[in-house]
Amino acid sequence: MSPAAPLALLGRAVLRVLAAAGRVALFAGDALSHILRPPFYGRELLQALLQIGWLSLPVVGLTAVFTGGALALQIYSGGARFNAEAVVPQIVAIGMVRELGPVLVGLMIAARVTSSIAAEIATMKVTEQIDALVTLSTHPMKYLTAPRLLAALIVVPLLVGVGDVIGIFGGYFVATGSLGFNPAAYLKNTLDFLEPLDVISSLVKGCAFGGIAALMGCYYGMQSGRGAQGVGRATKGSVEAAAVLILAANFLLTGVFFSI
Amino acid sequence: MITLSGVKKSFGPKTVLRDVDLHVARGTSMVIIGGSGTGKSVTLKCILGLVEPDAGTITVDGQDVHEGDRDAFLARFGMLFQGGALFDSLPVWQNVAFRLLRGALKRPKVEAREIAIEKLRRVGLTPDVADALPAELSGGMQKRVGLARAIAADPEIIFFDEPTTGLDPIMAGVINDLIREIVTEMGATAMTITHDMSSVRAIADTVAMLHDGVIKWTGPVAQMDAAEDPYLQQFIHGRADGPIAAVR
Repeated sequence: MSPAAPLALLGRAVLRVLAAAGRVALFAGDALSHILRPPFYGRELLQALLQIGWLSLPVVGLTAVFTGGALALQIYSGGARFNAEAVVPQIVAIGMVRELGPVLVGLMIAARVTSSIAAEIATMKVTEQIDALVTLSTHPMKYLTAPRLLAALIVVPLLVGVGDVIGIFGGYFVATGSLGFNPAAYLKNTLDFLEPLDVISSLVKGCAFGGIAALMGCYYGMQSGRGAQGVGRATKGSVEAAAVLILAANFLLTGVFFSI
Repeated sequence: MITLSGVKKSFGPKTVLRDVDLHVARGTSMVIIGGSGTGKSVTLKCILGLVEPDAGTITVDGQDVHEGDRDAFLARFGMLFQGGALFDSLPVWQNVAFRLLRGALKRPKVEAREIAIEKLRRVGLTPDVADALPAELSGGMQKRVGLARAIAADPEIIFFDEPTTGLDPIMAGVINDLIREIVTEMGATAMTITHDMSSVRAIADTVAMLHDGVIKWTGPVAQMDAAEDPYLQQFIHGRADGPIAAVR
């Protein structure tokens, strides 16, 4: 093995990643342009809003309420080590709104929605339904990708907002029910501590994560290989890519909003 | 009407179409035969622009298929896909009327539904299947719904990709008869790809034999049995021995 072989392998890997990033960027640009250009498919948009938004509420709500409750318990027991048990409302609020709310909702959407979009579009591809769309004078990007992307951009920030509130109430119920906090004081401390930037960052993250989740589902679905194996690979790849990109975007956006 | 000249297409190292020259006259029904993997479907997809040829020209009425208004071009076509390619999430009538519910050919919903039911009746399906989902239908019924969708907007040109594959002989006969009737009645130009020789005899005015990426023989269906081309003779008689290797 030549001494340069590891470098060549690394170089090939970097080139593959860059090429994939370029393809995704072109796909995203194309998808966004189809959102802005007619014709618009209102029925498909409504269906996507229902699928991505309304039907995700139960999983988002349950994730948020348990996370908020667990966060309250952790902060209470951790804070007790230096007599800081009283900060539970403030830390639950900031933790849910700035980080856990958007990230957990983003990951839940990646698990539930990205996988579903990728599997659906990949199945349409292997059964020639995408080709059929083209022969019926309907652009697949406009009919399949644009409504899903637009719906995710609209509805995932709302889900994040709902998740933030439910998460805070998860902490509230645990703190007031078993940790001895006064309910009115808990809510007052929560509201007093949160700043507008906390909420704005949460909603912007929701918008970005929703876009990533929908784009990855559509991209991997459209790139699917043949047969059941192709559909399986597309689904798995879409969720992996969406989850990693959501975490990376979270890091970047946190830096943008809160770096001093 | 449809002319392919020197069309070549490869997928990576695999060359599918080497040099295809073909002409389909207006109002005629051409059937392309050939073994599996010889590029029959790719040929149709090249004409529709679903696959970009590496070389050669494809024209419809003298106009290159890659030039001009794409929507207007595609509005001239109807296609029956091998597996039906029906949209799972839409009821049968919306599959049939898909083109009539959106785009340049959009009609009011009630009218589109009426046309869909009429086309379903035309292919031998009763109106009660209109509200069913494709998954609730048998393979033969799905094929007929696909056929109804292909003719819903009264296209000038209709493509049939393996229209009888997977059907029992009786249903295959029904589909063959339907295709022949529809093509004759509508005066459409048809291109069909199939392995099924009974379909060839029922549907074709002219036949083209595609093998190894080139057209080995083409001519009227009436001359097919008397033709001396060894590839054609091996194929139409289903012989294991001959110039076409059994293992490809």
